[in-house]
Amino acid sequence: MRRNTNIISNLDWLTIAMFVMLVFIGWINIYSAVYSEEHKNIFDFSQRYGKQIIWIMAAGLIAVILLLLDSGIYSLFAYGIYAFMIFLLMAVLVLGKEVNASRSWFEIGSVRLQPAEFAKFATLLALSKLISDTGFSFNNIKSLSRLALILFLPVGLILLQGDAGSALVYYIFVLVLYREGLSHVAFFLAISIPVLFISTLIFEKVNVFIPIVSIAFLFVWLMSGWKKLLTALGIYIGSTAIFLSLNEIRLIDMDLYYILLLALAPSSLVYFILQYRYKLRNLFLLHSILLGIILYTFSINYMYSNILKEHQRLRIDVLLGKEKDPHGVGYNVEQSLIAIGSGGVSGKGFLQGTQTKLNYVPEQDTDFIFCTVGEEWGFIGTTFVILFFIAFLLRLIFLAERQRSQFSRIYGYGVVSILFLHILINIGMTIGLAPVIGIPLPFFSYGGSSLWAFTILIFIFLRLDASRMEMLK
Amino acid sequence: MNPFSGRKYIIAGLIVLLLATFVVKLFLLQISDVSYKISAENNSRRIVTVYPTRGLVFDRNGVLLIGNQRSFDLMVIPSQVKSLDTTEFCRLFNVDSDFIISFFRKYKGGLRPQVFLSQISKEDYAIIEDQLHKFPDFYIQERSVRKYETSGAAHVLGYVGEVDSAKIRSDNYYSIGDYIGVSGLEKTYEKQLRGEKGKIIYLVDVHVRIKENYAGGEYDEQAVAGKDLISSIDIQLQEYGERLMKNKKGAIVAIEPVTGEILAIISSPTYDPNLLVGRARSRNYLELDRNDSLRPLFNRAIQSSKNPPGSTFKMVMGLTGLQEGVILPHSTFGCSGGYVVGNFKLGCHNHASPLDLTRAVQNSCNAYFCNVFRKVIDNPKYKSVEKGFIAWQNHIKSFGLGVNLEIDLPYSERDKGQIGDTAYYNRKHGKGRWKSLNFISLAIGQGEVGVNTLQLANMTAAIANNGYYYIPHIIREISGDETIDKKYYKKQFTSISKEHFQPIIDGMYLAVNGGAGSTAGLAIIEDIDLCGKTGTAQNPQGENHSVFVAFAPKDNPKIAIAVFIENAGYGGTWAAPMASLIVEKYLKGYIPENRKWLETRVLEADFINKK
Repeated sequence: MRRNTNIISNLDWLTIAMFVMLVFIGWINIYSAVYSEEHKNIFDFSQRYGKQIIWIMAAGLIAVILLLLDSGIYSLFAYGIYAFMIFLLMAVLVLGKEVNASRSWFEIGSVRLQPAEFAKFATLLALSKLISDTGFSFNNIKSLSRLALILFLPVGLILLQGDAGSALVYYIFVLVLYREGLSHVAFFLAISIPVLFISTLIFEKVNVFIPIVSIAFLFVWLMSGWKKLLTALGIYIGSTAIFLSLNEIRLIDMDLYYILLLALAPSSLVYFILQYRYKLRNLFLLHSILLGIILYTFSINYMYSNILKEHQRLRIDVLLGKEKDPHGVGYNVEQSLIAIGSGGVSGKGFLQGTQTKLNYVPEQDTDFIFCTVGEEWGFIGTTFVILFFIAFLLRLIFLAERQRSQFSRIYGYGVVSILFLHILINIGMTIGLAPVIGIPLPFFSYGGSSLWAFTILIFIFLRLDASRMEMLK
Repeated sequence: MNPFSGRKYIIAGLIVLLLATFVVKLFLLQISDVSYKISAENNSRRIVTVYPTRGLVFDRNGVLLIGNQRSFDLMVIPSQVKSLDTTEFCRLFNVDSDFIISFFRKYKGGLRPQVFLSQISKEDYAIIEDQLHKFPDFYIQERSVRKYETSGAAHVLGYVGEVDSAKIRSDNYYSIGDYIGVSGLEKTYEKQLRGEKGKIIYLVDVHVRIKENYAGGEYDEQAVAGKDLISSIDIQLQEYGERLMKNKKGAIVAIEPVTGEILAIISSPTYDPNLLVGRARSRNYLELDRNDSLRPLFNRAIQSSKNPPGSTFKMVMGLTGLQEGVILPHSTFGCSGGYVVGNFKLGCHNHASPLDLTRAVQNSCNAYFCNVFRKVIDNPKYKSVEKGFIAWQNHIKSFGLGVNLEIDLPYSERDKGQIGDTAYYNRKHGKGRWKSLNFISLAIGQGEVGVNTLQLANMTAAIANNGYYYIPHIIREISGDETIDKKYYKKQFTSISKEHFQPIIDGMYLAVNGGAGSTAGLAIIEDIDLCGKTGTAQNPQGENHSVFVAFAPKDNPKIAIAVFIENAGYGGTWAAPMASLIVEKYLKGYIPENRKWLETRVLEADFINKK
C-alpha cells in the first residue's frame, strides 16, 4: 500500500546542502591545483577546473532527473540495471581505451567514461534487492552463493581491466552485510585478515606489531580491569627487558621487532600458566587470538620475503602501489607528505601552495587532491574536511536507519560504505597510512565519471529516503 | 525492531575511529613535525646567486694590476642527458670518456645543474661556441674570474681559489663553489674586494624549470660590486726588482719611510700569477708547490726569517749603545784584527784602528760593536746579565726586529724571527749564570738572531726617519668611503732618541760614499746621497748570504730598501749594487749609461743554476 507524499518536503535537504558544499569545496581545490598565472579564468574550459564545472552541472542535472523518477523503479529494475552494467564492464574489455595499462575507459568523442564507477551503484542495487528478499538468509548456502555471484562478477571483470583499486571497493560491502546480520566472527575476520595483510606488507614490521599488542592490552583492560592489565604488561615488559639487555651486552644481536617477538614466547608461557591456574577463560581466548594474529603477520612477512619469487613480489608491490613511483619506492608518498606537512596550522593560503602547483605532487588534481587541501588550508582545512566527511557519513547512517524498507536501508548502508572506503583509502594514501591505490576522493578528485557515480549513488538514496513514508512495513 | 540495529553504533564507531586517527596523523604531520616545511622550501625554491664583480687592484701610479675576465662554465642537468655522442664530445671539449662516465655515474639522475667543466677560457669558448648546439643538454654559464695584468708581484697580489669546506663552515657568507682570496692581498682584502653576493629566488617545478620569481622578487637581493684597491706597490719598480733577482734566491723590500708604504716586495724565485687562474690553477699549483724545489710560492720577504742579518745589525747596536749612555759618538775602541778577550777572539777584517762610531759603521768593525754590546749588557745599572740582555733586546725589538710587523699580507707567528734565544741560553749556561761573552756574536748580527727582509727594510726606514716607522703596508687607498686601517697611519717610535741617529747615518753614508775603506762602494749613485750598510750573513749550510740595507736620499729619504740574496757571498758584491740600481731606478726613473755594466752584471748573475 502506498501513500503519495510531497517529494520536495520529504527530501532531506540537509544532506543535499552538505553534498553541494562538498562539491563546491572540491571544485575550489581543483581550481587551485590546476591554477596557473596563464590560466586564471574560472570558466576556461580548456582547463580542468573549467571542465569540472561542466561535470558538476551535468551532475546537477542527473540529480534532478533521479529525484523526478519514481522511487519504485530501483527495486523493480535492480537486477536489470545490474545486468546492463555487467554488460558494459564486459564491453569495455573489448571496446575500451587503454590508459595507463588498464582498459577501463569508454571514449565517446572527447568524453571518457569509466563503467567501473557506475557498476558500484548497480551492484549495490542488486545486493540490496537480493538481501531484502524474504527468502534470503546468511545461513543458507543458496543465498550465500547468489550473494557471492553478485559481488564477484563485477570484481572479476574490473580486475580483468587491470583496475585493482576499483575492485577493492566491493570489499567494503562487508559493512553492509554485517549490518544485515553477518556474524561478529565473520565480520572480524573479514576486516582483520586483509587489513593485517596489507599493513604487514606496506608498513615496517615493528610498526604493525606494536599496535596489535597495544590493542590486545587495551582489551585486557576493557575485559578484566587495570590490575590484570598491570600483570600482563609486567610479564611482557619484563621479558622484553631481559632480551633488550642481552642485546645491549651483545650476547644476541637482533633488531627491535625480533626482540619483541621473542619476548612474547616466554611471557606467553608464563601468562598461559597463570590463566590456567586462575581460570581466566576470556583472557585465554584473547591471548590466543593475539598469538594467532602475530603468527599470521609473521608468516605473511616470511612468505613475502622468503618464498615468493622476485617477479611475484613485484606484482604484489604494484598492487599495493609501492612500485608506481618514478623516483623509487616512496617518492610519491614522500612528496605528498611534504606538501601536506608544509601546510602547517593554517596553510599557505588559497592558490599559494608551491608543492602542488609546481608538480612535485603526482596526480595533484585527481588522486592526490587532498595535498592541495593540506598545503593551502593547513591542519584547520584538513581537519575540517575530515570532520565534514564524518558528519556526512553519520547523516547518511541516520537516514539509512530511518528507512522502513530493508531494500532502502541496505542501499543506504552501501552508499555509506562506498564513500567511507574511498575517503579512507584516498586520504590514508596521501598521509602515508594506506597503500597507494588510485581511487578518487569523493567530490574532490577531478573527473566526471566519479562525480556522476557518487551523485547517482547519493541521489538514488535520497529519492528512496524521500519516499520512505510510502512504504509500510 | 531489527535485531541487528545495535550494530549501527559499531559501524558508525568504526568510521569515526578510523577517520579520527587521520586527524591525529595530520596533527603530527602538519603541526608537530616542522621538517616538512623545510623540505618543501628546498623542493621548490631555487636560489640563484648573483656574483658581484671583484674589485680591481691598481698600483700607486694607477696602473691596473688585477682585472677581471669572463670565463665560462659548461653546465648540465645530468638527468636530462639521454644520449651523448661521446667521440665528438670528447674531441670538442678535450676530455676523455672516462671523465664523462664517472661524471654521470656520480650525478646519476641529478635534477640540479652541475658544473661539467669549469672555467673555460675565452679562447676555448670561442672554439666550442659554434658547436655547442650539437649538445643541447649542455649550456654555458658565465662567470667572472681574475686576470692579472702583470706577470710580476705574484706574492703581493696572491690568488683566488674555490673556498674550502672549513671556511664554509666557519663563515656563512660562503657556499660551495664560491671564490675566495687565498693569498696575498686577495686574501687580506678579501672582504673589500669580494663585494656582497646578491640572490634571486625562483620557484621551480619538479623538473627544475624556473616558473617565476618567488614573491615577485621581494626577497631578492642586489649584488654589491667589490671595492677597488690602490696598492702602494710601484709595479715598474717591482718588475724591475724581479728582473734583477732572476736566477737568485732571496728577497727585496723597498719602503717609503715617510708613509710606511711598500714600494716593492720581491721574493725570488717567483711565478706568473696568471698560472693560478682558471682551469689550470690546481695543476699549476701542485706543480709550483710540490715539484719545484725552489719553492716559488714561498714568500721569502716575509716567511724567510731564520737568516741572521749580519753586519746590517750594527746600526741598531750602535744606537742602543748611545741610548743606554754606554758610549758617545766619539767613543773609540781599538781593533787588533778582531775582538779579543783572553782566549776568546772574534775576528775582524783589516782597517784603521781605533775607530769612532761613524767610522766603525763605515768600516763595519766587529770589535767596536762587541765592546758596545758588552757595555750595554754588563751595565751595572742592570742587576744581572739577564736584565741587561732584556733591555738590549727591547731596544732591538723597538725597530720591529724579532716581532711580527702587522703587514697587510698573510704572515704567521713563525715569521717574526728572533733576537736572542733566552730559553736556549738558560739551557746551555744555566739560569742566572749567563755571561755577555756567551752570545757576543749577537753584536754583529750572527748567532741566535733571525730576521726577514721586510724587518730589515723597516729597520732601515726607522733609521732614515730618525727613530720611528710606520707599519709597512701595501694598501694605499680603498675606493668608496672605506679608509685603510688606522694602524698604518700611526707612528711607531723606537726606543732610541732622535738625536742619536746622525752619527749612524753618517756612517752609512760613508759606507757607500767614503771612498777607500767603504764596504759598499759598488752602491754609489751619482747625484744621490745613498746611505747603506752591507752584511754578510754566515750560513753554515753553504755560501754566505749577501745582505744590504740602504735609504736615499740622505736628507728627506724617499726610499728605504733591504736586499737579501741567498748564497751570494759578500753583501758589498751583490746585494749593494742591486739595491743601488733599484734606488736609482726609483728616484731617477732610469739607469744611466755609465752604470749599465753594473746592471748587466747583476742581471746575468746566477746563484741557482751555476756557481
